[in-house]
Amino acid sequence: MSLAAATADDPHALGHGATEDDDGGVPPKRIIVGYGFWIFLVSDIIMFSAFFAAYAVLSGATAGGPSGKQLFELSTTAIETGCLLLSSFTSGLATIGAHAKRQGMFQAAMAATFVLGAAFVAIEVTELSSLVAHGNGPGRSAFLSAFFALVGCHGLHVSLGLLWLLTMMAQAYAKGFRDDIQRRIQCFTLFWHALDIIWVALFTVVYLIGTTA
Amino acid sequence: MTLFGKLTWSAIPFDSPLPLFASGVAALAIVGVLGWVVATGRFRYLWDEWLTSVDHKRIGVMYTLLALVMLLRGFTDAIMMRTQQALALNAPGYLPPEHYDQVFSSHGTIMIFFVAMPFMIGLMNFVVPLQLGIRDVAFPTLNSVGFWLTATGALLVNLSLGVGEFAKTGWLPYPPLSELAYSPGVGVDYYCWALQISGVGTLLSGINLVTTILKTRAPGMSLLRMPMFCWTSLASNLLIVAAFPVLTATLAMLLLDRYLGFHFFTNEAGGNVMMFMNLIWAWGHPEVYILILPAFGIFSEVIATFSGKPLFGYRSMVVATMVICVLAFMVWLHHFFTMGAGANVNAVFGIMTTIIAVPTGVKVFNWLFTLYGGRIRYEPPLLWAIGFMVTFVIGGMTGVLLALPPVDFLLHNSLFLVAHFHNVIIGGVLFGGFAGYTYWFPKAFGFRLEPRLGVAAFWFWLVGFYVAFMPLYVLGFLGMTRRMQHYDVPEWQPWLRVAAGGAALIAIGIALLIAQLVVSIRRRDSLCDTTGDPWDGRTLEWATRSPPPAYNFAVLPEVAGEDAYWGMKQSVRDEQHTVYGPIEIPRNSATGIVCAFFATVMGFSLIWHIWWLVIVGFVGAWATFVAFAWRDLADDVLGADEVERLDRVDRPVNA
Repeated sequence: MSLAAATADDPHALGHGATEDDDGGVPPKRIIVGYGFWIFLVSDIIMFSAFFAAYAVLSGATAGGPSGKQLFELSTTAIETGCLLLSSFTSGLATIGAHAKRQGMFQAAMAATFVLGAAFVAIEVTELSSLVAHGNGPGRSAFLSAFFALVGCHGLHVSLGLLWLLTMMAQAYAKGFRDDIQRRIQCFTLFWHALDIIWVALFTVVYLIGTTA
Repeated sequence: MTLFGKLTWSAIPFDSPLPLFASGVAALAIVGVLGWVVATGRFRYLWDEWLTSVDHKRIGVMYTLLALVMLLRGFTDAIMMRTQQALALNAPGYLPPEHYDQVFSSHGTIMIFFVAMPFMIGLMNFVVPLQLGIRDVAFPTLNSVGFWLTATGALLVNLSLGVGEFAKTGWLPYPPLSELAYSPGVGVDYYCWALQISGVGTLLSGINLVTTILKTRAPGMSLLRMPMFCWTSLASNLLIVAAFPVLTATLAMLLLDRYLGFHFFTNEAGGNVMMFMNLIWAWGHPEVYILILPAFGIFSEVIATFSGKPLFGYRSMVVATMVICVLAFMVWLHHFFTMGAGANVNAVFGIMTTIIAVPTGVKVFNWLFTLYGGRIRYEPPLLWAIGFMVTFVIGGMTGVLLALPPVDFLLHNSLFLVAHFHNVIIGGVLFGGFAGYTYWFPKAFGFRLEPRLGVAAFWFWLVGFYVAFMPLYVLGFLGMTRRMQHYDVPEWQPWLRVAAGGAALIAIGIALLIAQLVVSIRRRDSLCDTTGDPWDGRTLEWATRSPPPAYNFAVLPEVAGEDAYWGMKQSVRDEQHTVYGPIEIPRNSATGIVCAFFATVMGFSLIWHIWWLVIVGFVGAWATFVAFAWRDLADDVLGADEVERLDRVDRPVNA
């Protein structure tokens, strides 16, 4: 570092005045809200990673009970996956509708998202309750505990997402596409897509590996 | 199933006078204060200006107040433990085992989660937006929600004193002891739900501050021009975002075990106890850096200011901070070297742990070189900083000792360990908190804290700390393990009596801090600071008046280098041409406190299995957010003329 003289940029002659990186200033709210929500999603994914880790540790601990290979039905989970992936597409359409401020398109796409999401939850609940009914509930083995917790945590997220979805539909209907509502719609779709990503990981780790390994 | 779940009159400890008396006094104090507030007609003020405030400065002050009040509660537990152990040689003492177990569990829980955390988060909340030269945090209402959820957790922990019981499992509820089979009471449930709720609050605050620091800074404030406290706050909040979700998941697993018969950590059906140790410390070790990093930042600010010099080695300090931030995630296993991971794994984690001493050492030398050749003023904040440097280096060295697996096998769970972590948490975090509290108090309230009482409090704390904890190092070498309700080794008792004496000295230190606050409020006219810059500060929080207006800065400062305010003071500003613009001030919102009310209802009814009330609580919290989302007016706009008028009043020199 050269012995730079004190300048307006560098009053203490520390040799580093104006930098090329982000020079501060306050960006529009849309950017700030989106950025903050991404960080929330990161934290949510970290929480899921703890459940994934627990599943990986306990997946062999069947305690004499059934393993994933004996329990999992790939065809139903394939339908679930289809519902969820398709709902991501329709939630994307809803964002386009919101940007275009077209109430009809937004509401229709959100309603489709709701139906697909609710179908996902319904299939999942049916699957889990049939496991319980056959004596293979979470209390049967540590493997099933980890399975129920991981799948249940995702299902709970989707269910809360559905509640949020309905709230957003009502809000857009009552208040129109105000800036703050646009930002919330943006956060909702980010959340919904993130649940998709987690499901893809879950489908792979639990169902695909579980039925083949 | 009954209407009130597991809750019956037998939950009230009528047969044990100590908790009954304590909770009675606490309840009376709360009712008394509220009654006084209402009777004197101040409730409206309290509600409008504080409880529903979304101003980061007000929220920061409330966090700090919560921490100081909880410090009194946690310290009461400490005094009980020290006196019990001083008495309990071949004797039962005065605390029966089931009480003693609750006392040490609640002491640790309260001191970490409801003293150290809110103390640091409060100071970050108050200072970071001011240092960045902006008007508030990125999400003001979320900030309020985060605070009130933290307060909910504190409330639930204290509720366990009078209704039911607290955990008897230590500050981290290790299974299988914490499983339903061995802890059938509500104690562990109080612990888990209190921390789940306050943990959400902490996560919200972490997300908020990361976004604030990375996305909203004054024009010209590049990352490498940020004050050191902003850097350490960034590192600390990144750790919060990365670590607290793991705590949430771990406690959720324990709760599933306890409530729904899952087998994550049980002895039966393939449960894995060691998984709890790994998960809880994957959060727990970053947690200690979440606490100490902001304290490092406070010391950096204080040492630079009271040396009259820029911080030595600013960039190396930034690198050291971020290195600690990353390494914090790579050492968790050193908390259970003795639990069978094997020699090679232990060696790796031992080496990783000793490596953390390197960036920390860089920091200590940087502080020393900042002081070297400086124009040093021994004001109370600097005393805390110097006391910290000496004490923390000792604590760090005992930490490096414990990082060596063979040594750890001798000292694991002994009082040596207890002495070590108190050495770094009191000498580091708490001294940092007190330094920051004394340093920024005039900024928050417009008058300084009385310095002589502050000096006296510092010396009682410092000497009290050494008298209370150095004997514990000795006791660790004498083989005394932690958490003993009674013992039969006569050699231990003299040291335990000395330690009790140290606790008494610290009690005087706390009394002096309270006296300092009272005296300072009474003499606020003579301690008044009209300049906004009582310490000749270097960073932007000192560039606005004390206490700062709601919008912090009438015009966002243009930052042209490090130590932004110092640079401004060196150059003459052309104030005639200040161009004022309108300012949006976020409106107050009761969302936080109302949501926390429902969270309290939900937590309490989950603990006592009152399921219908759980649903009421959840729906209430959701409805609160919907009501918030439905409002049409989010900000009040202060016109440019009004801003100019207020600024002329604040800074008449510019007129």
